[in-house]
Amino acid sequence: MSNDATLVHAHDAHGHHDGHHEHHKQHFITKYIFSQDHKMIGKQYLVTGIIWAIIGALFSVFFRLQIGFPESSFPIMEQFLGEWAKGGKLSPEFYYALVTMHGTILVFFVLTAGLSGTFSNFLIPLQIGARDMASPFMNMLSYWFFFVSSVVMLASLFISTGPAAGGWTTYPPLSALKEASLGSGLGMDLWLISMILFIISQVLGGLNYVTTILNMRTNGMKMTRMPLTIWSFFFTAVLGLLSFPVLVSAVVLLLFDRHAGTSFYLSEIFIEGKALSHIGGSPILYQHLFWFLGHPEVYIVMLPGMGMASEILSNHSRKPIFGYLAMIISLIGITSLALVVWAHHMFVSGMSPFLGSVFVLLTLLIAIPSAIKVFNWLTTIWRGSIRFTVPMVFAIGFVSVFISGGLTGIWLGNSALDIHLHDTYFVVAHFHLVMGVSAFFGMFAGVYHWFPKMFGRFMNNTLGYIHFFVTIISAYLIFWPMHYAGLAGMPRRYYDYTEWATYSPYSGMNAFISVVAVIAFFGQLLFVFNFFISMFRGRKVTNPNPWGSTTLEWTTPILPEHGNWDGPIPEVHRWPYDYRDDAETGKDYIPQNVPLRPGETEH
Amino acid sequence: MSGLILTALVILVFIVIYQIARAAEYVNIIRGEEETVSKKTNKTLAWILLLFFFVGMWGVYEAHIHLAPLYLPEAASEQGLKYESMMLTTLYITGGVFVITQALLFWFSFRYQAKEGKKPLFYSHNNTLEIVWTTIPALTLMVLVAIGLRNWNQMTGKAPEDALEVQVVGKQFNFIVRYPGPDGVFGKTNFRLINDANNVLGLDWSDPASKDDIIIENGEVHIINGRNVKFIINSRDVLHNLALPHFRMKMDAVPGITTTMWLTPRISTAKMKEITGNPDFVYEIPCSEMCGNGHYSMKGTVVVEENEEDFNKWLSGQKSYYSLHHDTETAAEAPAPAASTDTAAVAEDVVAKN
Repeated sequence: MSNDATLVHAHDAHGHHDGHHEHHKQHFITKYIFSQDHKMIGKQYLVTGIIWAIIGALFSVFFRLQIGFPESSFPIMEQFLGEWAKGGKLSPEFYYALVTMHGTILVFFVLTAGLSGTFSNFLIPLQIGARDMASPFMNMLSYWFFFVSSVVMLASLFISTGPAAGGWTTYPPLSALKEASLGSGLGMDLWLISMILFIISQVLGGLNYVTTILNMRTNGMKMTRMPLTIWSFFFTAVLGLLSFPVLVSAVVLLLFDRHAGTSFYLSEIFIEGKALSHIGGSPILYQHLFWFLGHPEVYIVMLPGMGMASEILSNHSRKPIFGYLAMIISLIGITSLALVVWAHHMFVSGMSPFLGSVFVLLTLLIAIPSAIKVFNWLTTIWRGSIRFTVPMVFAIGFVSVFISGGLTGIWLGNSALDIHLHDTYFVVAHFHLVMGVSAFFGMFAGVYHWFPKMFGRFMNNTLGYIHFFVTIISAYLIFWPMHYAGLAGMPRRYYDYTEWATYSPYSGMNAFISVVAVIAFFGQLLFVFNFFISMFRGRKVTNPNPWGSTTLEWTTPILPEHGNWDGPIPEVHRWPYDYRDDAETGKDYIPQNVPLRPGETEH
Repeated sequence: MSGLILTALVILVFIVIYQIARAAEYVNIIRGEEETVSKKTNKTLAWILLLFFFVGMWGVYEAHIHLAPLYLPEAASEQGLKYESMMLTTLYITGGVFVITQALLFWFSFRYQAKEGKKPLFYSHNNTLEIVWTTIPALTLMVLVAIGLRNWNQMTGKAPEDALEVQVVGKQFNFIVRYPGPDGVFGKTNFRLINDANNVLGLDWSDPASKDDIIIENGEVHIINGRNVKFIINSRDVLHNLALPHFRMKMDAVPGITTTMWLTPRISTAKMKEITGNPDFVYEIPCSEMCGNGHYSMKGTVVVEENEEDFNKWLSGQKSYYSLHHDTETAAEAPAPAASTDTAAVAEDVVAKN
């Protein structure tokens, strides 16, 4: 029981003991800004995530224009970037800053905070039957640390030396030495500070998610009756708690190297005409620390999408998820393996080749639980009765893109292939499909599916379908051709390929990709437009359970107040995927809170 | 201003689309279709998704037709041949899985679209199936791991004793190459002795072995066809990567740590010019680890000499770095030129010409 919360909402926080709840008028500030309601915090994460996504995607448009059309200038870029794009021509310094910020923003601010921040907050209490998080106050702090972290990162975009520009992985020595790059000045310090704040936010959030799931489930909600969404949020939080703190250590040591003259990562460096005093450090140490978070981070991004896709595929096929237990076991497999595969990012870093071979084995093992999930999803829709709602088409898209991006992981995880493919466009194609686009598809599916619960209105379907097809077609058009360039060894993070005889033949492909990227960007704006206009003008929800879903969130009022249920919290009597005919109601599903019918045995 | 107009235009277009879309939805509601998706829409989408699959597969084919010809010429090293064969095996396996799973996904979507009077099957688990599709991927992966580790151990194992040794040092933003000279021994270096004017690698002149070392400052590596070569890789400042795409190999250059990579070239530069029909063909070395603003222009080249003779002829034409700078020692002892690498490089040329 949280005592912090009692200050503001005494009866709300105590609500789940006695089921007592009453409506009361909240002040604007406590309701919309410093809210302790998990639903509002989820929405805050979502809106902040959307704003970051627009910024991050816009950056990719800018640098794609440079890669696609290195000889041209785009005056509109000068409008946005000023000095950094004088005469509409992006400078190399800012090209690298944009690439770095695109990665940082999308990976951390959008696909971590915006994704699990939104849905873990919004769905955990609703789906397990709790009135709020274990500690609503800590939950609020989590959002505000994220907010401050965002402000610091945003501020770094406007300083005279520009934001961090050493790639989202910020490998030292490049990121440690201000002589090495313009972006390694103040911009890098702000990046590091922002990351520390961000990690605090994630740890506060993660502790809350884990505690809530373990302790605050309603009566009858056994762990094995939890929807797969909750299982995936649970493992996401566990991964975050185990790995994010390691990034703090990496970041703090990097700050020491930058400002306190230590040599954790630096050794024998001659730069800008002088030899530095650092001796004995190892840049590879940073890579180990970074990827110890960095790889689990990939799964932090992926798991929520997997959970939501499982839920949505089952619901909109009117059929239980196939292999519920196998799905949980494969989640456990992915989570544990995620922690022991980090060095597959470092096969050519100079790390011991023997260590490399251990990581090959562990890495390829991850393909097994991933394959199980894919086969289970396929079997879930097999002989279903599929309704192609917007969330459903996104969930199908999720599976398609996950397969396409996941299979190339088998290439890259096998070190003998990775030697040649490392740091090429093959990698870019692989991770954008598997953790970029497919995580986004999971997120979009989730937004379209739970929007009625969030705002009591539907998003516009037609716009949703247009959004879906624009996104999936452009995603494939952008990333599929990149595999070919990557197979030829075309390195990532190049500002211009025209001077390279080996890679200039790909200029046509690059121009094509850039054009599609611009289209894809406007396609996403269509989603943003749909999102905000539907909040106020969307078709109103009249049926409290519009998708005919079995899970508890649909037993709340259409727009639940803080506390979620007006009366007592429902009890749970069955597993979450009872999509079968119910003779008593004549419906094709039986919600979790319906007691077993006479003579019925539990699944 | 143009930015504002563009934004306004985009919003306007969205509003128009939205209004049309809204009208369409209200028509459905007025018709009394209460379901989440109308029957007509459901059917249309099932067809569009199926179409998407077929168009997508055609797109895969088109992409292949257009992009496969741009691929690298045949692998120029023995290791590269192993890579190619393993790559093809992996491609066939993952490609097969790709086509089958995508086909099933879109076929099931189409085949099992909601239809009146058709009930979904309550089918929650089947342990046999789960075991089958855990075992098959596991076995397949074991095959891939076995092939992979065999190649990996060979590629990253100890270089053969007879290998030609070449040092390549990365710096912002070029590669510097060093040969041990006639004595076959690399002289000691110390990064504190580095001076862009007359000692780019910080050679320690008190070590006699350093006196005959040959340094190629334009990043042109000469190796011999058929003779194993071992690269000794270092960096002067930040991380770089010595990538040899035509040989299908690469390795990071790490300051403070020496990394190595070895390979067996099998196609000389002259031969590759014939194979590609391109008289200007060069083996390019693109730096493949983000190293700063000039990363994209950090280029080295490899020249694979036809035989030992050609190589020795080229090597004998190179003067030792010491001799290039020794007779101008007085000039070299003058204060180092300005810090900028560019001016240093210019100064170096002047010194060399003296």
